[in-house]
Amino acid sequence: MKLEEKLALDFFRNDKESHIIIDQEKCRGCEGKICISICPGGLYSVNEETGELTVEYAGCLECGSCLVACPEGALSWSYPRGGFGVQYRYG
Amino acid sequence: MTEALEAVVVGGGLGGLAAAYTLAKGGVQVLVLERGDHPGSKNVTGGRLYLNPVRPFLPDLWEEAPLERPVTREVITAMGNGGSASLSFTSNLFRQIPYHSWTVLRSRFDRWLGDKVGEAGGFVVPQKRVTDLLLEDGRVVGVVADGEEIPARVVIAADGVLSFMAQRAGLREPLSPRYAAVGVKEVIRLGEEEIERRFSLPKGEGSAHLFFGSITKGVFGGGFLYTNRDTVSLGMVVGIEAFRRSPSFQVPELLEEFKGRPEVAPYIEGGEVVEYSAHLIPEGGARPLKRPFGDGILVVGDAAGFALNMGITVRGMEFALVSGVLAARTVLKAKERGDFSSATLSHYQELLSKSFIAKDMRTFEGTLEALENPRLYDHYPGFLCSLLERLFYIGEGPKERLSTTLFQAMMDVALSPGGWKDLWDLRRL
Repeated sequence: MKLEEKLALDFFRNDKESHIIIDQEKCRGCEGKICISICPGGLYSVNEETGELTVEYAGCLECGSCLVACPEGALSWSYPRGGFGVQYRYG
Repeated sequence: MTEALEAVVVGGGLGGLAAAYTLAKGGVQVLVLERGDHPGSKNVTGGRLYLNPVRPFLPDLWEEAPLERPVTREVITAMGNGGSASLSFTSNLFRQIPYHSWTVLRSRFDRWLGDKVGEAGGFVVPQKRVTDLLLEDGRVVGVVADGEEIPARVVIAADGVLSFMAQRAGLREPLSPRYAAVGVKEVIRLGEEEIERRFSLPKGEGSAHLFFGSITKGVFGGGFLYTNRDTVSLGMVVGIEAFRRSPSFQVPELLEEFKGRPEVAPYIEGGEVVEYSAHLIPEGGARPLKRPFGDGILVVGDAAGFALNMGITVRGMEFALVSGVLAARTVLKAKERGDFSSATLSHYQELLSKSFIAKDMRTFEGTLEALENPRLYDHYPGFLCSLLERLFYIGEGPKERLSTTLFQAMMDVALSPGGWKDLWDLRRL
């Protein structure tokens, strides 16, 4: 089953602004980019044109793995505003 | 600014709701701020709840609680690359009523517990994210919820594994990769009867199945499969520090590979995946915590790191529930004294020390170090499987004595690098 199909099963209410801000300066030098492989939603990728890391925050499962795993402290990560983000129906 | 409330609870999870329930029953004015649509809507468990440690603290809740299935069978499977070895155990002790352990789904359960808080006279306000603490001369005097200041005599930080509030109060360190694991889970609907048929379960009973070995590719972690009422919870857990050291895979793909294993696939075949979730698990116990109390603040549950990986049992929810109750009892005492300073709130620490929470945390202090050994995930399960292959498989040629095969296997472990040390480390479990 594809990851996009799995995320489509969950209920999200998305805010206009991202709750994850990437400090591109700090991120640039990082070779490993562990966020890409650890994110359960597969939401991180490197933009081929700009070389910058991007995150599709709308599918965020709010686990915080990226924040804990990032060795550069490049992520400023908060929970989405009240009432926004993923709403689990089973949990 | 409005007049200060007696108690504000940050987060409608098990710790926060148990605290609010106990406070409301004790006549304390309490407000729970929950950032999701309802309590439970941001919460995830594997998972299962062990009730015996909780009942003395919350005796009257369990008859009508929306629990899934009582666990009457425990299965542990060591996964090699091309094989696996399982131990399956059932006992009438597990069938004794009241049951000692139930599977649970948090969105359903926490929502119900939130309703109980309301019935007891507490207030649960959903869709409110707490973004900061109100501080006055280093004392916590309330919270800020999406811009709105809410003053309170005492704040209970029940904001989960990352606990930005306990950090803000200077009571804990940020979660370090070594003390955190990421869990990913699918809830798959099969239907009640189909679950009983596939898992060979008596009607209404459930099983808990843990997997470890090659499925995490040498990384600290494992898989789980729990039966709920009409769904199963299937997932994997991976230690973050261990994963960082050898990131040879994508976490979401790991779950897909696990689902494809012949040990797992037949259980879920044709089932409808109804939800995909992820959550962090505190693996370091209370290590990141300096103190669970401060002036005007108490920290409960995952926020305080009250969780334990005991190897064959993984626990957290009962620590959350009971630490919530103990925090509430401390607040009741503080209210009586009219003093919410750390001098009075330190009573919480005493209650914790006398409870199973602090005792279990101490007993299993070294377990994490033992479980971090990568050989547990690649070497030994593979070794066990190849030994069993040699014992059971009949090839073309003559077969050696079973004792010869076993003796050789024992020598292989004893002579392998780290073998003796690993045996010695097992005492930590």
